[in-house]
Order: sequence, then C-alpha cells, then structure tokens
Amino acid sequence: MLRFIPSVSLLLATLAATGAAAQSSDGTFSSNQRFVPKDGEVLFRSICQGCHMPDAKGAVGAGKYPALAKNEKLEASGYPVFIVLNGLQGMPGFGMYLDDEQVAAVVNYVRTHFGNDYKDKITSDDVKAVR
Amino acid sequence: MSDTEQPTVSRRDLLTLIGTIAGSAAMYQAMTSLGFAADSPYSGPIKLEGDPKGASVLILGAGLAGLVAALELRKAGYKVQILEYADRVGGRCWTLRGGDRYTELGGFEQYCEFDKGLYLNPGPWRIPYHHHAILDYCKRLGVALEPFVQVNYNAYLHGRRAFGGKPQRLRHVLSDFNGHVAELLGKAVSQNKLDEMVTKEDKEILLAALRRWGALDKNYAYAASDLTSDRRGYERDPGGGLAGVPTVSQPVGLSDLLKSGLWRFLATGNVYEFHTTLFQPVGGMDMIAKAMARELQGLIELDAKVTSIKQDAQRVTVTYQNTKPGGAQRTASADWCICTIPLSILSQMEINVSTEMASAISAVPYDASIKIGLQFKRRFWEQDDAIYGGISYTDLPISLIGYPNTGYGDAGKAVLLGTYAFGPYAYEFTALSPAERVKKAVEWGAQIHPQYNTEFENGVAVGWHRMPGVNGCYGMWTEETRKAHYKNLCQIDGRIALAGEHASYLPAWQEGAVLSALDTVSRLHQRVVASR
Repeated sequence: MLRFIPSVSLLLATLAATGAAAQSSDGTFSSNQRFVPKDGEVLFRSICQGCHMPDAKGAVGAGKYPALAKNEKLEASGYPVFIVLNGLQGMPGFGMYLDDEQVAAVVNYVRTHFGNDYKDKITSDDVKAVR
Repeated sequence: MSDTEQPTVSRRDLLTLIGTIAGSAAMYQAMTSLGFAADSPYSGPIKLEGDPKGASVLILGAGLAGLVAALELRKAGYKVQILEYADRVGGRCWTLRGGDRYTELGGFEQYCEFDKGLYLNPGPWRIPYHHHAILDYCKRLGVALEPFVQVNYNAYLHGRRAFGGKPQRLRHVLSDFNGHVAELLGKAVSQNKLDEMVTKEDKEILLAALRRWGALDKNYAYAASDLTSDRRGYERDPGGGLAGVPTVSQPVGLSDLLKSGLWRFLATGNVYEFHTTLFQPVGGMDMIAKAMARELQGLIELDAKVTSIKQDAQRVTVTYQNTKPGGAQRTASADWCICTIPLSILSQMEINVSTEMASAISAVPYDASIKIGLQFKRRFWEQDDAIYGGISYTDLPISLIGYPNTGYGDAGKAVLLGTYAFGPYAYEFTALSPAERVKKAVEWGAQIHPQYNTEFENGVAVGWHRMPGVNGCYGMWTEETRKAHYKNLCQIDGRIALAGEHASYLPAWQEGAVLSALDTVSRLHQRVVASR
C-alpha cells in the first residue's frame, strides 16, 4: 500500500537485513518485514492457524473463520493461491509478506493435510502467474 | 495503534521514517494522504434539532460508536435499542482485570490472575489531547483521566545488534544523535558548503540555532561537557556538599549510533497522535464504555448475535440469536438501523444494501495485533531503572514495553504491557497458544530487563484476530480502497447506515468511532426530520 515511496521501502529493507537475528530455529519471529520460514507446515503453524485454528477447522464467533480442513474450494489450486496473496473480505492478503516459494509451500501443505488430498503440487511459477 | 517497528507496509514506522528523512512538510502530506492528521472536526456536543416524532433506531454493536449513537439519538427523542454480541459493553474499548475470564476464538481460555486494581487495556490505551470528541464525552460523563506518558527520556531503546544488545537510554541516543547532526551541519555551514541553500544572513542564525539545538560548544563541536551532560545526563549526577562534584558523561560516537539503527525510534514522540499531552482513563479504558452504558440502562441487550439485517421500504428487521446455552432466535425491528458491526464480521452477514455499499463492506481487511500484559512482584523498572511510565522500544518481537502510567512508587505488584506488535510478529504471536505467547514475551523482555527472570508472576495475551467479536484489530484502508469505497460505505443506504472506526479517517482510534457515529447520527436525523 505504500509502494509509492520506494526509497523508504529500500531503507527499511536494509534495516531488516542488518538488524534481524533469527529468534527461533524454525525461522519464526525472525523479521517484522516479512515471514522468513520456508517450510509449508511451519508457515501454517505460524500464520494460518492464528485464525483457521491448529486443526484447520476454523472457528465461529460473531462471524467465522472458514475451515481449511476438508475444504473442496482447495481443489482448484489457483483459488487458495489467490486468497493467500490478496486476502478476502476481512482477511488480509499476505502477498507483501511471503515470496512465491513460501506461498506455494503453504498452499501445498494445506492441500495435502487436514483431510485434503490434492496431489497436484503447485510451484513458485504458478504463484508468480497469479501475483 | 501501533508505534513500533514495522514492515514496509506499516504506516506508523513509515511515517516515522518520512518524518526523520524528509521533514515535517512531507510527513504531513504523507499523513493526510493516508487518512491521519486531519484536524478533528469536533466542535462541541451535536445538537439534533427537530422532532423525530417517535421514530425508532436499532443500533447494532455496543462499542463506542454504538453507544455514542444511542446517547445522542435518545437525547433527540428517538426510541433506541442496542444489540451487542458480547456479554459486556465496550467492544474494543476493553480492560482485562484480575478475575476476568477471556475465551478467544478456538476456545482457548485465559483466566486473568492480576492483583486487585491492576489491569491491561488490550485495545486502545491512550487518548491524544486533540481527540476532542472522546475527551469531551469523558468530561461530560465524569470519566477521570490521568496522563499517559508516551515519551520517557529514561526509558530504553534496544536493538538486538545495537551496542551488543545492551539497552540504551532514550536521553543518550536522542541527545547524541541531535548533537552529532548539529555538529555536522554546523561544519557544512561554516565551511560554506551550503551557500547555495542558505543566505549569508540566515547562515549566522542557523549556526546559533544549531549550537543551541545540539548543545554544541563554542567551536560548534558536540563534545563531553556540562552542556552535553545537561542534555543526556551525567556520568555522576550533581549532588550536595563535598560529595556533590558531578562527572560529565561521554557521548556515543556518530558512526556507532547510525549503525545501531536505534535512531529509527527517535521520531515516534514527534508524531501528532503521540504529542504530549496524552491521557488514559483512571482504572482502565473501559471506564468510558461503562460510563456511557450507565446512561443507557435497559436499552442494551447483550449476548445477541446478529445473523441477518433486512430492510424494506418501511422498516429494518434484524434476526439475532441469543448466544447463551439454549438461547432463542429473535427478531428486532425499527424504522432505521445504525450498524457498527466491524466489516470483518458484517461482510459475512446477510444484509440487503446496495451493490456499492456491499462492495465497500467487503473491501477492508482487518489488521493483526497482539498485546500481552505481564504481572511482576515489584516495580523493578521504577525501583532499579528509574523508569516511571512511558515506553521502551525494541526490535525484538515484543516491539515495546509499556510501563504503568499510574501508581508510581507503589511497593506492591504491578502490570506492564510486555508486547504490542503489528505485522508478521503479531501474526506469529497470535498463532501461538496464550500460554506460549506469554512465555515468549517474558523470555524476550528479559533481554531488556533481566529482572523478568525472578519477578514475573503471570500474564494475559490478546491476539486480535482471535477476538470473537471483531476477527482483527481495525480496518486497514489504503489510498486505493478509500478512493473506491469509502464514500459508499458512509452513505445512508435506504434505512441502514454504518458507523465505527472503519467509517472514519482515524483508523483504530476511539476518536474515529465517536466522530463516525456523530456524523452518521447527524445525517440520519436530517433525513428523518425532512421525511416527517
């Protein structure tokens, strides 16, 4: 949203590179500029489950977080890629926090766990095409 | 709202940097374009003149927007009724105290073990002096305020790789940064290197100004002296009698300061929203909501989960479910509806409004944020470190430590804000169980205050995406979405109008919720009076 001031973004990126030391062996809590973990499961555990819950079954309050478990909307891989990148309604997009490989990794993880069994793996190029 | 280190998308950090780099004009321009910094248009209590002739308004949500709307409409002669999802009033205007239970989405329950009188404001915790509307409600409702300390010169700035991880006092970093920059600029001026930019006449004035601003000596050098120690503090403070000889302190070198990155925190207190004086309600932020609710007794129905909002030419009918075990489904209807339900929730709900408003409702993502309150056996930050209120900043995931701005000198236990983060850190904290969040906050905080290791007792952690009534912290507008959707969101759509921080240019601030409610109520009243 603030890409109109590239020089400042660059400066922040430089700060991140010099100021961040990995806090956890799995790469979580390493930078507040972007998510560092590369592994799909670690990304799920450190981002998605905050809302979609550790069992991926979602949650209900005044509104809801939809279940990712046994979710038929995941069949078309382009759909979760688009949502992870751009968000949906109240859900923020993660395109600015995750690179193409990370998006592919977390989408592949969710599409093959929690009762989902979609065999077609997506690649970072697939993500790039949607971005 | 955040005032901590943030990713490239962070408004606050970016503004801090723009302020540092480009000067206040660029800062102001950037702030206005992002929706901040407009003068509050509040000019005293609204006067709704004209008789609504018994018209009724159903208000959805008992946060500050809903409560303010109810107060004003009832005063103007409307029949009002409020439905609230939670089992308490206030929404994000909320305080957790000892004995409170909080169950977040997913069923994770926390029991707050704070001592009597100690609390955490998981949502808003400070009120700038120029948030005139919320301050006026505090005054009119008798909500006692006390100062909120934003800038504490003796608090710490901390970077994992700055000065070997040793926390630095703000007074040192600030004085030395200003002093070195003043000295550099003074050299450039006196060596005639800025002649193209500064007139001969201004040169003399500028040199005098730099000398005073930076605490430079007669040679325009920033060098250890009484002068510089009067800014940054002494190595040994001046005392009395024979033992009172002060020792001046040694400034940190410019290169070390620059490489430390700690300068990134220096402009925080210069941001308009953080200018002195700020306030907090005595006893917790929810004192405001409670004071409003006292005026509205019998009009607020709690535990009411709205499931659909339907309007026709005559009325608005809302279906809702009582959330208590065995609770019934009910309907409520009125001539008009003011809906303050967060867009993150409303976008999932059945509501028949125009396509334009529906698109606007779906266009606003909700930000992540985490706050963790920690109780300690004693106020070691006061007793050992002489930090009375205010905030220490760090590049650790906890982002900051906020010290209690009340009860100074108390010998007993106390609660501080041990984490307040946005961005990736907020998501990562939220994804943990509450107990793990607290554990990590203690581990990281101990890098700044080793006393954590022996004095910590208990804590509570609120990740806002797990908040059952909001699903997030606040509505994140961008320049683009505001241009495309904001006006459509704020229109009165048939018999339905929205209000809340999401319908304001003050995202996440209570002032935004209040001003939004006042604006909506005023426009609705005009329409009602004109139609009757």
